[in-house]
Amino acid sequence: MNNILKKLLPQVLTILLVVFIFGFLTINAQTNMDNRGIDFGFGFLTQESSFDVQFSLIEYSGSDSYARAFLVGLLNTLLVSFISIIFCTILGVIIGVARLSSNYLIRNSAAWYVEFFRNIPLLLQIFFWYYAALRALPLPEKANAWFGVTYMTVKGYYIPSMVWENLNVFLYCILAAIISILFIRRYATKLRENQGKQIPVLLYSLIILLILPILSFLFGGVSLDFDMPTLKQLSKTSYIYEGGLSLPPELIALVLALSLYTSTFVAECVRAGIQGVSKGQKEAAASVGLNPNQVLKLVIMPQALRIIIPPTTNQYLNLTKNSSLAAAIAYPDLVLVFAGTALMQTGKAIEIVSITMLTYLTISLSIAAVMNWYNKKIEIKEK
Amino acid sequence: MNALNFLKPNRDNLKNHVLIGSFLILVGLLDVIINSFLKINIVSFLPGSLSSFFPLILGLIGLTMIRIDYSGNKNLDLLNKNINTNTFNALLTLIIIFTLIKALPPSLSWMILDANISGDSKDACTGTGACWTYIKVWFRRFMYGMYPNEFHWRINTAFILVIALGFVGYFMKENLKKYLALYYVIIYPIIAYLVIYYLISGGSFGLQWVETGAWGGLSLTFIVSFFCLIFCFPLGMIFALGRRSNLPAIKYISICYIEFWRGVPLITVLFMSSVMFPMFLPEDFFMDKLVRVIIAITLFEAAYCAEVIRGGLQSLPRGQYDAAKSLGMGYWKMHIFVILPQALKLVIPGIANTFLALVKDTPLIFVVGLAEIAGMLAMAKTNPKWLGFAMEGYIFAAIIFWIICYAMSKYSYNLEAKYKTER
Repeated sequence: MNNILKKLLPQVLTILLVVFIFGFLTINAQTNMDNRGIDFGFGFLTQESSFDVQFSLIEYSGSDSYARAFLVGLLNTLLVSFISIIFCTILGVIIGVARLSSNYLIRNSAAWYVEFFRNIPLLLQIFFWYYAALRALPLPEKANAWFGVTYMTVKGYYIPSMVWENLNVFLYCILAAIISILFIRRYATKLRENQGKQIPVLLYSLIILLILPILSFLFGGVSLDFDMPTLKQLSKTSYIYEGGLSLPPELIALVLALSLYTSTFVAECVRAGIQGVSKGQKEAAASVGLNPNQVLKLVIMPQALRIIIPPTTNQYLNLTKNSSLAAAIAYPDLVLVFAGTALMQTGKAIEIVSITMLTYLTISLSIAAVMNWYNKKIEIKEK
Repeated sequence: MNALNFLKPNRDNLKNHVLIGSFLILVGLLDVIINSFLKINIVSFLPGSLSSFFPLILGLIGLTMIRIDYSGNKNLDLLNKNINTNTFNALLTLIIIFTLIKALPPSLSWMILDANISGDSKDACTGTGACWTYIKVWFRRFMYGMYPNEFHWRINTAFILVIALGFVGYFMKENLKKYLALYYVIIYPIIAYLVIYYLISGGSFGLQWVETGAWGGLSLTFIVSFFCLIFCFPLGMIFALGRRSNLPAIKYISICYIEFWRGVPLITVLFMSSVMFPMFLPEDFFMDKLVRVIIAITLFEAAYCAEVIRGGLQSLPRGQYDAAKSLGMGYWKMHIFVILPQALKLVIPGIANTFLALVKDTPLIFVVGLAEIAGMLAMAKTNPKWLGFAMEGYIFAAIIFWIICYAMSKYSYNLEAKYKTER
């Protein structure tokens, strides 16, 4: 009896405490909203938003609903996270490997890179790139062409955009190529295991990946044109580039800051992963007759990746959450569009802030769930 | 391959090779140095882009000529082993050295040689370099925000007092040491709060009241991170223990709490504290914005703290729990005297990282309108008298934060080494 009470009492008390706190807050919110004449509800999502967003991936204007504005913000957040993740991975792997280099200068430069970018708050880095570094770029009319066709100006980065005809045929071709490559790989593995024959899979895959899209250009009616940005004079002193694709400076500053900052953490993960594989593994693999390439591919990398991937995914998650700092330099991400502008207009603080938080929570938890599943799958099963 | 053999040194012709090789490297270096410091291109007679690659090619040949497995000369061997193991390494070495030489003169002249620091208005900045006058004039604002100039001594005194009180633990008598944890977890935060409230806020003892809206600059960064730091640690400990508990209700409440805060970005938490939280408070109850922000950041960081502490708890072997239980210790006795002292020792680096993240996160309070250093920079940058000095301001703030964070991370390494026990 005493034992049961000992177990039950703390739990009941905790639950009561939580219920009390939540109840207290809800009742307060209820009275506050009654007093101010605010009603609670998500009906505003279908109303006309009547504000414009400077940069969006999908068609959007002031006559669209708040729900669409939310989607615009979410897509912008995902866009900046996606680009930054690619850059920070490339940079992080290079720096992480460089930290293990036998070359004194390279090792130390990499170490200083990590110490430098890791110890400055991300917000200051974003401000630095946006307000200081990118403001020093030339005006549109004075910009030099990079690679002949792209222009880096103070108003953004202008690149040629692609104009496709029959894009879907092209995409189907790529899909078909990928599927056939998968089949070839499977066949090659079978052949190797059963008959010991090796076929050059990589060469075949490359050929298929090249030929099918080319065929689609020749026979499928696919064509590709480039829309070049051209300088246009608006008034006496104001110039602008027309056509092509323009990346706003906010996006560039964010990508720069996020990828430089996160790459230091990715570099540390990569370094720890490679150091985590014991030397004996390498020696054992070499002594069973694998060549250096095979040692790296079949023995070192699978084990290093097992250590590298979980913390690196965590860093990607952090990057996605950090991308919300975009609001500070007015890049129209989820926080700025929805928790900023939409909140100011509707005044629905509770609804909008909770939707925003739930969105981030959903992204985080779903990635965490995938990670847990992956960790279980790659766990070393000891007998 | 034979043709390249004359580049390869051996024990017999080593001297000649080293002489020629070093000469080539020196010429390459000299070319880059003259080019970047004096802006004279001595090899401009070479066609096209060859002249820019000239030092690189010379240096590569030179480094190849002095590369030898074992020469007997200590310095040469050290050099070869560290920066010159193969052609690729040599190339990277040269690129790094040349980039450093190229980057040095412009940054030096911008930061120091062409910079201005005298005078007290924008007109004093005549050079092409940085305008440190701007930092000098705005220095007090960057440090203390809009806090009235004549009361700055109050902030200084309060900080010195708080830091001094923090060091009391070092000078405590041996027989009082067991109350150290109690002091740091409960008494110290209360005293620090009272000191900061009565000295910085004022309002009594003849000190003039200064509202929190006027606080700002680096001192506000310190105040916010200090309070979040001392409050989030005990809270995190509670939730870490809760998550490890075998009572389902407590366990799942802790898990929900931790996963919720870890899943949302801090900026939305700050938005919540500034626009949503006032709705949840009783009608005529007013809570200062600064207090709300400190509570929000504390709740947020406590979740991260909890995860780090949980890692330490998990890494203790079961034997420690069993041994403690077999001595007849209850839950609290076991944790306070056996488990936590060991677990906390293990998580020092992790905790230090969390605190570091906290300090780096504090500039974010700028987005809800608290003018700490990032906010003061934004204000100074848009001041019509001082337009165009954003670069200097951000570099100044970056240097300050870099020093703080770097010192903290180095200190955590030291702590880790100090408390390392053989297991």
